[in-house]
Amino acid sequence: MKRLIAGLPFIAAVIFGGFFLWGLNPDRDPNEIPSVFISQPAPKFDLEAIPGLETPGLSRSDLVGNERPVVVNVFASWCVPCRAEHAVLTRFVEREGIRLFGINYKDKPADAVKWLNDLGNPYERIGSDLSGRTGIEWGLSGVPETFIVDGDGTVLFRYVGPVVGPEAVERFTEALKQAGALPSGAAS
Amino acid sequence: MFPEIGHFALALALALALVQSVLPIAGASRGNAVWMKSAQATALGQVLFVSIAFVALMQAFIVSDFTVRNVVENSHSLKPMLYKVAGTWGSHEGSLLLWILILAVFGAGVAWFGSNIPGETKARTLSVQAWISVGFLTFLLLTSNPFERVFPPPLDGNDLNPLLQDMGLAMHPPLLYFGYVGFSIVFSFAVAALLEGRVDPAWARWVRPWTLAAWVSLTAGIALGSWWAYYELGWGGWWFWDPVENVSFMPWLLGTALLHSAIVTEKRDAFKTWTILLAILTFSLSLLGTFIVRSGLLTSVHAFAVDPERGLYILGLLAVSIGGSLALYAWRAPEMEPGGLFRPISREAGLLVNNLILVAATGTVLFGTLYPLILEAVTGDKISVGPPFFNAAFIPMMLALVVFMGLGPFLSWKRADIAGLLDRIRFVAVLAVIPALAAWYLLNGGPIMAYLAILGAAWLLFATLREWAVRIRLFEVSFAESARRARNLPRASHGMTLAHAGVAVLMMGMIGSTGWKSEEIVFAAPGTEVAIAGFDITFEGAEKVQGPNYIADRGTLVVRRDGELVTTLFPERRYYPVAESQTTESAIRSTLAGDLYTSIATPASDQMNNAGAWTLRILYEPLVNLIWIGSILLVIGGCLSLSDRRLRVGAPRRAKKSASDAVPAE
Repeated sequence: MKRLIAGLPFIAAVIFGGFFLWGLNPDRDPNEIPSVFISQPAPKFDLEAIPGLETPGLSRSDLVGNERPVVVNVFASWCVPCRAEHAVLTRFVEREGIRLFGINYKDKPADAVKWLNDLGNPYERIGSDLSGRTGIEWGLSGVPETFIVDGDGTVLFRYVGPVVGPEAVERFTEALKQAGALPSGAAS
Repeated sequence: MFPEIGHFALALALALALVQSVLPIAGASRGNAVWMKSAQATALGQVLFVSIAFVALMQAFIVSDFTVRNVVENSHSLKPMLYKVAGTWGSHEGSLLLWILILAVFGAGVAWFGSNIPGETKARTLSVQAWISVGFLTFLLLTSNPFERVFPPPLDGNDLNPLLQDMGLAMHPPLLYFGYVGFSIVFSFAVAALLEGRVDPAWARWVRPWTLAAWVSLTAGIALGSWWAYYELGWGGWWFWDPVENVSFMPWLLGTALLHSAIVTEKRDAFKTWTILLAILTFSLSLLGTFIVRSGLLTSVHAFAVDPERGLYILGLLAVSIGGSLALYAWRAPEMEPGGLFRPISREAGLLVNNLILVAATGTVLFGTLYPLILEAVTGDKISVGPPFFNAAFIPMMLALVVFMGLGPFLSWKRADIAGLLDRIRFVAVLAVIPALAAWYLLNGGPIMAYLAILGAAWLLFATLREWAVRIRLFEVSFAESARRARNLPRASHGMTLAHAGVAVLMMGMIGSTGWKSEEIVFAAPGTEVAIAGFDITFEGAEKVQGPNYIADRGTLVVRRDGELVTTLFPERRYYPVAESQTTESAIRSTLAGDLYTSIATPASDQMNNAGAWTLRILYEPLVNLIWIGSILLVIGGCLSLSDRRLRVGAPRRAKKSASDAVPAE
């Protein structure tokens, strides 16, 4: 009995050690928080177009019923990384042929119009989320964020932060391929 | 050239550590006095060479030698001198070197001051200490060489994380390390005792000053870190139950238990294997802390550059040192003689309860800290355990502890007189209710737990003072006689009174600043007025200011009370261009009654809706300064106890006869 009690701390240490060894697995990233949105239906929303812009507004019904999954990008003219991301997304639309929808988050219409006129407009439709309400529905943690939504309206992928730089672009491209969001036979 | 000298000195220190890890312990088992004595020279040699390495690295930081990678990554020529020096231990490599330096200092301390420790015990202890040194020196040299050169050298460095460029934080790591590396020598003593198969009151007495020294530093280090978080992070909190805070707190809790159980071993020759186990576990938790901080195992705000290979190496070190010592414990502890007997109501029983609560509290913190990892391993779910768990589980335990803390010192060894005890504490118990009721009447609100805590803190404070008064027979005899008695009391006794009172003061601060905190967050344009806790604060606007290596937005807040000017506060938001990061410099009006705490920020995502508006965060935290004052009392109490003549004069000689006869029953 006495021996058993004296051995308990050792046994506890071995068990903890096992967990630590498992925890050191290099593929594990304790900072990564899985999105609760993945495999969930996209939230309901219905956003007006940006006043002064010809691009139509965006609602959930525009995302469903498409033949291939579409990309939803949340952006704002006041967001500096969005500017860098804009060029990347434009290239995806022009070269890969993805279908891109935008949610303009907490942005003054005049600023947004000027921004899109200066940089170009790769979006098929843009909803103006002036109040930030739709942003909350989508569970935004910041701007920009990019989602891939399939024909049933299910969220397949979420990217937090700008899709800028080789690593991010590669991850995003991979997600597009897996989702089947790239048109067959598109130039790569 | 200095970096190469430093590197070479580390290699020499490793060579000495290798010799010291074999020769003295072999000498002890063969009875070879010369081999045993060699530990003296090698321990001092180690501290010399590690110091040379440390100074060499510091020199590279001071002169901004950008041919050294570590300096490039963690310093900048424009950084103020103080932070260049502090940069020496700001990185993973540098802090590990500091770790090793402190390890060597404690080893040399025992070699130098331990003339009263018998040769065999000393030789074994120093050999065990050298095993730890070998482990960490090879870790440093093989995976984290701080002296690595870079070619071509860049023109300037990347700067130290600006959050860390702060006086409080420059001193925080050395104190903290001195604390938790200091427990290494206690661990070495414990392993030596297990190898020898003998623990007696003399052993407890040799260990006590080192435990106390480590505990005092750890207390100061944790308090300093908490103080830094309070004024630098800009949220006005002082404890967040972050994994890295927890890993420094666990050795403190267990170290506190060890401090108390060692008293029982010293005075009554009881709790022997328990004390040994605590000594091993306390240092094991320090090692665990080092592992968690440097391996990226858990999510935390504190992080060094993380490298799984390093994590694996430290895990190996942990397996050998913790696994080895606990296996040794499992093997040898059952053979040790049990110690003195005691009654259910006695000083021993009181300290046993203290130990059980502290160990349970440590277990709770350990469980809460590691639960996310365990859950992820078992089910794959990712969660984080936050303050609600710790507050719900930890605070009730601490309140129970406080009840016994007030009671314990009144109890006599072996068998306490219950009637006399009740007689002495009845008055105190009634007195303690008064502040709680007064707070209830005056404040009329706040969490019920806070009132219980006030009751606990008041009980502890009054009971501690009462016990001290009983000892010096205050008001029973003439004042001069009481003063004479106070002078004749051992310093350790005054130290205990001060430290226990410090805990009560600390609690008051914690209760006030959590139970009755008021907070306002406003988006303010110049001219905005905010009213909080009786103050009227006017935001006059913000301006740009240029610092030595930063640019800041400085807000001007005029504080009035009943129309009269109290003070003007200047919180800043600093931007460090080189490191590309921002810090918050809060502005605080500090009084004993409470802190008026202000910080300023421009929220990036809300610039649109609130153009030109600043975010002001204004808090009033009642009594928060008592936390730091209480911590200072704990440290002073510990130092006073450390200066007790019992620990200095040649009293701790091992009895010639069997150990259990050594201490007369009181």
